Order: sequence, then structure tokens, then C-alpha cells
Amino acid sequence: MKNTLQNQPDENGHFGIFGGRYVAETLMPLILDVEKAYSLAKDDPSFLADFNRLNRDYIGRPSPLYFAQKTTEILGGAKIYFKRDELNHTGSHKINNCIGQILLARRMGKTRIIAETGAGQHGVATATVCALFGMPCTIFMGATDIERQKPNVFRMKLLGADVRAVTAGAGTLKDAMNEALRHWVAHVHDTYYIIGTAAGPHPYPMMVRDFQSIIGTETKEQILDREGRLPDACVACIGGGSNAIGLFYPFIDDQTVRLIGVEAGGHGVHTKEHAASLTGGRPGVLHGNRTYLLQNEDGQIEEGHSISAGLDYPGIGPEHSWLHETGRAEYVSVTDNEAVDAFQKLSRYEGIIPALEPSHAFAHILKIAGNMGKDQIIVMNLCGRGDKDVPRVAELLKL
Amino acid sequence: MSRLAQKFSALKKEGRAALISYVVAGDPNPEIGQQILEALPEAGVDIIELGIPFTDPMADGPTIQAADIRALASGMTVAKTLDMVRVFRQKDTHTPVVLMGYYNPVYIYGGARFAKDAAAAGVDGLLLVDLPPEEDSEIKGDLKAAGIDLIRLITPTSTGERLQKLVQDASGFLYYVSIAGVTGTSAIEVASVAQRVNDIQKVSSLPIAVGFGIRSIEDAKAVSAVADGVVIGSAFVRIIEKTIENQIVNEVVRQVKSYADALA
Repeated sequence: MKNTLQNQPDENGHFGIFGGRYVAETLMPLILDVEKAYSLAKDDPSFLADFNRLNRDYIGRPSPLYFAQKTTEILGGAKIYFKRDELNHTGSHKINNCIGQILLARRMGKTRIIAETGAGQHGVATATVCALFGMPCTIFMGATDIERQKPNVFRMKLLGADVRAVTAGAGTLKDAMNEALRHWVAHVHDTYYIIGTAAGPHPYPMMVRDFQSIIGTETKEQILDREGRLPDACVACIGGGSNAIGLFYPFIDDQTVRLIGVEAGGHGVHTKEHAASLTGGRPGVLHGNRTYLLQNEDGQIEEGHSISAGLDYPGIGPEHSWLHETGRAEYVSVTDNEAVDAFQKLSRYEGIIPALEPSHAFAHILKIAGNMGKDQIIVMNLCGRGDKDVPRVAELLKL
Repeated sequence: MSRLAQKFSALKKEGRAALISYVVAGDPNPEIGQQILEALPEAGVDIIELGIPFTDPMADGPTIQAADIRALASGMTVAKTLDMVRVFRQKDTHTPVVLMGYYNPVYIYGGARFAKDAAAAGVDGLLLVDLPPEEDSEIKGDLKAAGIDLIRLITPTSTGERLQKLVQDASGFLYYVSIAGVTGTSAIEVASVAQRVNDIQKVSSLPIAVGFGIRSIEDAKAVSAVADGVVIGSAFVRIIEKTIENQIVNEVVRQVKSYADALA
């Protein structure tokens, strides 16, 4: 057998000790059906033809790999490339996964779609594909997030989605996911749940990774074409970790490529106000999988905090937990303030207003690029555009 | 014979179904929670299900979610839940106690340590909502060694081979979830419950308790005619939620009695 790190998960959805299927019995038969349907679909030429056609004509893939010359000159070190997934239709990488999953839902004969959303990017992407296919769509969103992501709430409604405010807990992504799971349990017969990140019960972490891997696959081809070699580092922000695993996965066996995940450090990982599950959490079981979680000594889940609503999830996809423990990927964190600073810098340096999520990734690049050689190459996944965050940052900076 | 087996066999002789109550440990606070626990057998409860509070109870409706939050806010932990059972056992050695909850608090406590401490406290069974047979091998052996029954959930969606798999190494009793939904939200259809209980009886000789959607005394009575046990949760928890503190124990007892009378 080939010596590879790409052979995870095992047939029960385990990445080492992580992953698995920790769900209520009501959902088990359905989860097993999703797994069966996905394993048939992923090798079916007609499914792949639909997926590829929509990627090209509807999302606008491949997204460009952009050499950020000015940023490179300012930082004075490694060459910096951005994978421009913020140029996708709907403005983030989330749509890659939604296209794949809605095609699967239709194959399974499901007639309605539910999803959770934090920043609203996944909600918008889900509402978009539901509009495209004429399927009714219910989005669960924390009440706190609805307040801080108003433009996306409006978009979802405009696209025809029913947006349900979740007031339980802190009213953020974790609570939205609980509520979506509760709703699913009561509507298993006709409903498909499009999970937005590479987490949840098997097969979701694997399936979302596979759909998002188009990011890394394109990047690899583009950088080889441009530079004739692989990058020295791939950098991506991490909430649940779907954009990061999408970029990392095709590079996992290329041991010369450093894989760097940037978690949301909030007010600092030494405080309680952060969302860095790998840096500040420990393994536990939530939302269908075993993974690193923010929790207290009694196994009660704690609220994640981040200025970015897309990153304040107290868990992380199980494959990242595994890559962390095996040491194949490195995980760091940056604070809210560093992210806001990076948000402004990327706007000024390149004329690209990034979402607060990839601003975390860029904040880390600001720290490391100058110390790298001019012959070295960094690729960052610019996974979302910043329009949704402009009102909030404007308020913060008193612009 | 285990306390659970003894209880079900005694009830079978009496010709009636078990009244199984569910409350969250330490709701609304540890003191009143302990008083409620100790008052349940006298009021007519045959088997006690005690919820281990959790921040993210994904299979529960709003009533039990709120109970979990009240219990946690009053300082409940896994260790304190076991303490409640230990104190209860000083006065009652015959009423079976089944802990019910989610896997993470037990996992963090440590499976082997939990099994040992729970058995020492006098716990008879454990039901973990989010630990299906696919994942329970890491705790099954420890529970068995400690003499604690791992109670399996069977739902309207568990059919055919799935049902076989669920009953395979189950013990204590089987818990049939009577609705596809979360606790305390929608009403049951007694005819379909009867049909499913019948299906389960064909593949297992274990007693079958029914719960999740039983919202009235009439429902309880109807289900008791077709099952070995009836679980009442949200209806009792709602009383804890809605009653002023010094009346909670009396009100719970009053409500339990009315269910017990209906099942007698």
C-alpha cells in the first residue's frame, strides 16, 4: 500500500481516534444512507459531470491564484499568493460544498434542505443552491449572529430561505447546529441537512473535505504552472476548518509543504474569550464527532469567542485534530485585534477587502512572511470577501 | 438478579407497567433536586431516570434544555450527580436508578472511572443518547464489568437489520423512542407505538419502556397497555420550571401520583 496520509478516515469515519458517528439513534439510519449515497455518487460520472459543470459555469471555478506582488514587496520576504475563493459566486468557499451536497440530496430523493450558519456565508450559499434547484430551505442561525451579520440575513431571505433565529445558549453557531440537528431528528423522511463545515458525524467531515478539495487541487496545478514547484507553506483560517482542509488535503503527502491553520484567538488564548479549539481545547464528543473542543473540566462545552462570526465555533473538524496530533499540520492563533489590523492592511495593500475570517490567515502571514527567504512561496486561501463585515468593522474603527 | 430485572419481574407479576420518571439531576438546584429524587418512589415511581446535565442536549426539547441549564447554573457536575445517587441509596436500596445523558461529560470523567464510581454509588443503568452501537465499544466492557446495564435506544427509524443490531448485546431494558423528534414536543400515536413494540418483542425478550412523546395521563395509560414501562419526563420537568421553589417537591409528588394511579 502507498504510504499516504490521504487514506483517512477508516470505513467507520475515524481519523485516528477522531471523527466517528456520535448521533442519536433516530439519525443513524439516515446518516448511513447519506454515506451509502455519497460513496456511489462520488464515482458516478454523471454526478461528477453535474458537479464540474456547476463549478465552472455557476460558481466561476477555477478561482484565480493571484500573486500579491505589492504585499510581497512590503513584507520583504516570501512570495505571497492568494487563492481567490472570495471571487466565487456568493463570495466565499462555502458554495463549493453546497453544490456537491444539494446534488447528493436530490439523488437521495430529499425534498427540503436545512442548514446551520454562523457568519451567514454558509446560509447564503445554501439558500442560493436551494433557489437554483427550487427546493424549500430552512436556515438556523443564532440570534446573536443574526444581529451582527444583517446583510447576509437579508440575502438569505431574498433568496427565499426561511431564517430561524436560535436563542438557546449564546445564540451563535454551536446553538444553531444543535437546533438544526433537533429539527432534522423530527423531519428525517424528507429532509437533507447540508452541514457547512468539515465536521459532524461521518460521512460529513470526509464529504465536505472532498468537495472543498477543489481549492487545493486547483492551487497545486496553478502554482506548478506558475512557479514550477510546490509552495513552502499553505495558510488558511480555521473555524470548523472546511476551507483549510480543502486547501491542505491535496498537499498532505507533500512533506515539504508546511500546512498552517490559523485559529481565532479572540482576546487571546490565555483568556477565556477565544475560539482556538486546538490551541486551547482538548478532545471530546459533540455534534456527532470526537474532536478538540473548548470545554470545562466537567465536559461541559464552552462558548467560543471571536470577532468573526464564522470562526467562533468551540470545535473543529476531526481531520484537523488528527493532523494536529500527528504533527503533519501546524496550528496557530491570532487575536481579534490582529485580524482587524490585517483586514485593513489587505484592503490597502491589494485593494481586496477580505472577510474577517481570512483576515486571520493574513494576520499570520504578516508575522511570518518577512522572516522567510525571497525564494520561498506562501499560498493563502482568501476564502471570503469582506462586504458582510464592513458595517461591523466601520463601527469598530469609528470610520 | 439486578435491581432492574427484579423490578420488571415484580411488576410483571402485578400485571402493570413501570412508571419511569425523568428529571435532570440538580434541577432546579442540588438541594431540591435531592428532595425530589427521594420523594419519587413513595409517590409511585418504579424506576428513576436521572439526567446528567449537559450544555448541548441535542435530543431534548426546550423544557429539558432549560432544566439542564438550571442544573448547571446551580453547580451540578457528573461527580455531584453520582453523589446524589449515593445519598439516595442510603435510604432506598430497591428502586432502580438509570442515568441518562450525553457522552461527552462521561467521556471526560473517564469511561472506566465512571463505571466504577457509578456502580459504587448505586447506579443500575446508563443511557447515552449520542452513543450508538457503532461507537459504544470503548465503554461497554467497563460498564459490564461494573454490573451497569447499557440501555439502548430504539427509534421509529430503527428497522430490519438495524433493530437486530440494537438489541444484540443490550441489557436491562430497551427504551423505545415513541416519536421521531426531540423530547416533549409532539404527541404519540398509540397504535403505531403498539405495532413497533410488537416488532421489538419479536427480536428481544428484554422489557420495553416507551418515552419521549407521552404528554398526558391518557397517553400514559394507553401506552402502559402495550409496553413494560412508560417514561414521563417533560411533564415533570415542566412542574419544576413553573412552580415556586418551596412548592416544587409537593407539586411533583402530586403529579407523579396522578400518573401512578392511572397506571395502577
